[in-house]
Amino acid sequence: MGSLDEVLEGAKTVFTIFGVDITESVVNTWIVMAVLVILALVFSRNLKLYPDKRQNIVEIIVDGLTGLVTSTMGAKNRNFTPFIGTVFLLIAFSNILGIFGLRSPTADFSVTLAYGIVTFFCIHFFALKAKGWSYIKGFGQPFIFLLPINIIGEVAKPFSLGMRLYGNLLGGSVIMAMISGAIALFVPAVASIYFDLFSGFLQSFIFIMLTMVFITIAKDDED
Amino acid sequence: MGWTEYAVAAFAVLGAGIAMIGGGFGPAIGQGYAAGKGAEAVGRQPEAQGKIMTTMLLGQAVAETTGIYSLVVALLLIGIVNKIL
Repeated sequence: MGSLDEVLEGAKTVFTIFGVDITESVVNTWIVMAVLVILALVFSRNLKLYPDKRQNIVEIIVDGLTGLVTSTMGAKNRNFTPFIGTVFLLIAFSNILGIFGLRSPTADFSVTLAYGIVTFFCIHFFALKAKGWSYIKGFGQPFIFLLPINIIGEVAKPFSLGMRLYGNLLGGSVIMAMISGAIALFVPAVASIYFDLFSGFLQSFIFIMLTMVFITIAKDDED
Repeated sequence: MGWTEYAVAAFAVLGAGIAMIGGGFGPAIGQGYAAGKGAEAVGRQPEAQGKIMTTMLLGQAVAETTGIYSLVVALLLIGIVNKIL
């Protein structure tokens, strides 16, 4: 993580293709994607019925995520686990990239808003699939006059999701830049455990929890 | 640079401070309330500590949202000052 000015300046443009700026956020997301793909290849190679150490780690993660999805969304929505798990790992690895001195892709509002919009489309796609026309009619409930307010509430969801993630990450990197600018020895390392590791995992956990809750409410709520 | 730029910069910094006053109060109260209730719940049911902890952290993070909004607003205002000066 660079100095305070660098953090506040936003993501730098690394190179330009056909007039499109490829910023640090995009390049760092590529790094995260490459790491995740390599980890997936390494950990899914020759799986056995009686797992060894390597396979046990993955089984703990998959079991934990399946349990979380089942307990939050109900047993019939168990097949959301791959999507939720992917979002969790992507955001978690993006968040903890700050430890390695790179700029977290999630400290950029365009990236987090994109994640929020993915959630937005998920909510409405699965709700429409499950409920059909009655879901659209549900926006006019209890009175038709509340239609604009309901629509604004729905449109605000991706913004609030994205803003929460972005603000936390940006705030974390600002504080980290201040601490490492003020004290050089030992203290930044301890602060990094909280602001990069703990906060990063917590924020990605909250993102997937809210995603699951929103999807479940829109999809399965009887009214 | 005229005095208007100085005034704009001064008020932007002031606004950033005021935003953080408001944004500090609400989430602090909300998070403290959630933590207090969490401690109460652990006292009543120590065996459910893991689940209570998760729920409490989730609720606190959601309560934190408004504070984060004001932090973003404050940072944007400081960004304006950096651009002017």
